Amino acid sequence: MPLQTPPLRGIHDERGAKFTEFGGWDMPVEFDSIQTEHAAVREDVGIFDVSHMGQIHVTGPDATELMQRLTSNDVSRLEVGDSQYAAITDDDGIVIDDTVVYRLPDEGETPQESHGDGDADGEPTYLFVPNAGTDEATHERWLSYRNEWDLEATVDNRTDEYAMFAVQGPNAVDLVASVTADPVDDLERFEARYATIDGVDCWTARTGYTGEDGFELIVPWADAAEIWTALDCQPCGLGARDTLRIEAGLLLAGQDFDPEDNPRTPYEAGIGFTVALETEFVGRDALAAVDAAGVDERLVGFQLIDRGVPRHGYDITTTESRVIGTVTSGTMSPTLEKPIGLGYVPVEYAEPGTTLQVVVRGQSKKARVETTPFIDTV
Amino acid sequence: MSFDVPDERRYLESHEWALETDGVVRVGISDFAQDELGDVVFVELPDEGDDLEQETEFGVVESIKAVSDLYAPVGGEVVAINDDLFDAPELVNEDPFGEGWMLEIEADDPDELEALLTAEEYEDQIA
Repeated sequence: MPLQTPPLRGIHDERGAKFTEFGGWDMPVEFDSIQTEHAAVREDVGIFDVSHMGQIHVTGPDATELMQRLTSNDVSRLEVGDSQYAAITDDDGIVIDDTVVYRLPDEGETPQESHGDGDADGEPTYLFVPNAGTDEATHERWLSYRNEWDLEATVDNRTDEYAMFAVQGPNAVDLVASVTADPVDDLERFEARYATIDGVDCWTARTGYTGEDGFELIVPWADAAEIWTALDCQPCGLGARDTLRIEAGLLLAGQDFDPEDNPRTPYEAGIGFTVALETEFVGRDALAAVDAAGVDERLVGFQLIDRGVPRHGYDITTTESRVIGTVTSGTMSPTLEKPIGLGYVPVEYAEPGTTLQVVVRGQSKKARVETTPFIDTV
Repeated sequence: MSFDVPDERRYLESHEWALETDGVVRVGISDFAQDELGDVVFVELPDEGDDLEQETEFGVVESIKAVSDLYAPVGGEVVAINDDLFDAPELVNEDPFGEGWMLEIEADDPDELEALLTAEEYEDQIA
């Protein structure tokens, strides 16, 4: 199957980016160097092209119920311009995907009318962002449950209609504010509104995947180049995106959880805060049981004390070399200049300060459980 | 993008370079290799006194995004390692043919180098 290409592949190529396959997309992995890009985001501002992320649009009289019953969080709490992080779980409470659900202005309102807070007087409308390569399966899932439950909602896969950029870093707010007349600095974390940049309405959300302040902008594919160019700052690839999110202790779908290879509940994965048991959703009953019984294993952060770099798939052992878990993500932290990682271990080994070992190419390296995030985050 | 490929050295297809002086062969990785790897964050080298065989693994270089095995261009005894790389692995990026060298091997048979790629042949490989 040919790779999907983001709208700005040519621009990135001219800028000298290296590319990698990710979730079926041909994405820039590195523009200058991971350390340079990582430092820009921690100290200044950087921009990522994350157009590989999916966009699914849901609207209609029953849109809220459909979203509520297919995501773990409480969608009914969202007013127009709010968003929330949520898990998409199966009947057993296993995380299939994680996503951010945005409540858009009600259908029927134009973006101009909705530059304010917007009145929720039309059809409730949501946009949510499944991970790269999962948009088609997620779209199918929504359609199939909508039909099964006989709900009135339109579900569109708009992944190929929208580009998505993340502008992240301590100076991200100033940069975005400098290119739009709309207020953006008054948005709280997880709030969003349309902001006009170069005449284009961009869904501008104070969200991100780096641990820094900043925005994610969902922009029409056709206008992507103008917006990218207007937001003139250090371009960053998926390499820096990965080191930044590991430092922030954030999960990568397909790696820190995977419904096939590493099935985990939100509680094991450390995202129990996304589970609203008082709502009705697929997986809710299974998760209520897990919540009552407690988990046997959970995701922890750790730092290698010995020299080496932990990588996905390496064994985690006790100090007596008994295998008790697996590294799901690891890197040399550019900020801390220490090797850090994430992995699942039995809860009795999950306390910060616990000494473990990670097996790097046959050699046991001493490691210590750390609290996450590894760095100060917004 | 063009990469340095100094003439006087020999190269392995796996991107190590070899420079012989009086039977001692200094070894590192090429400019192309360091660029492909990106930011080098860790280098694992053998101990002085270890014996290596030609084209066998002698260590590992890790960047943030990749792990790559290192292969000996020539057989012999390791007579020096560049332990500056333990604290400053970025030297491999900054100066791959100079300060970023990795080890020196006293070659059992310096003629083994003749089997390796010339600069011109290596340049064709990475073109």
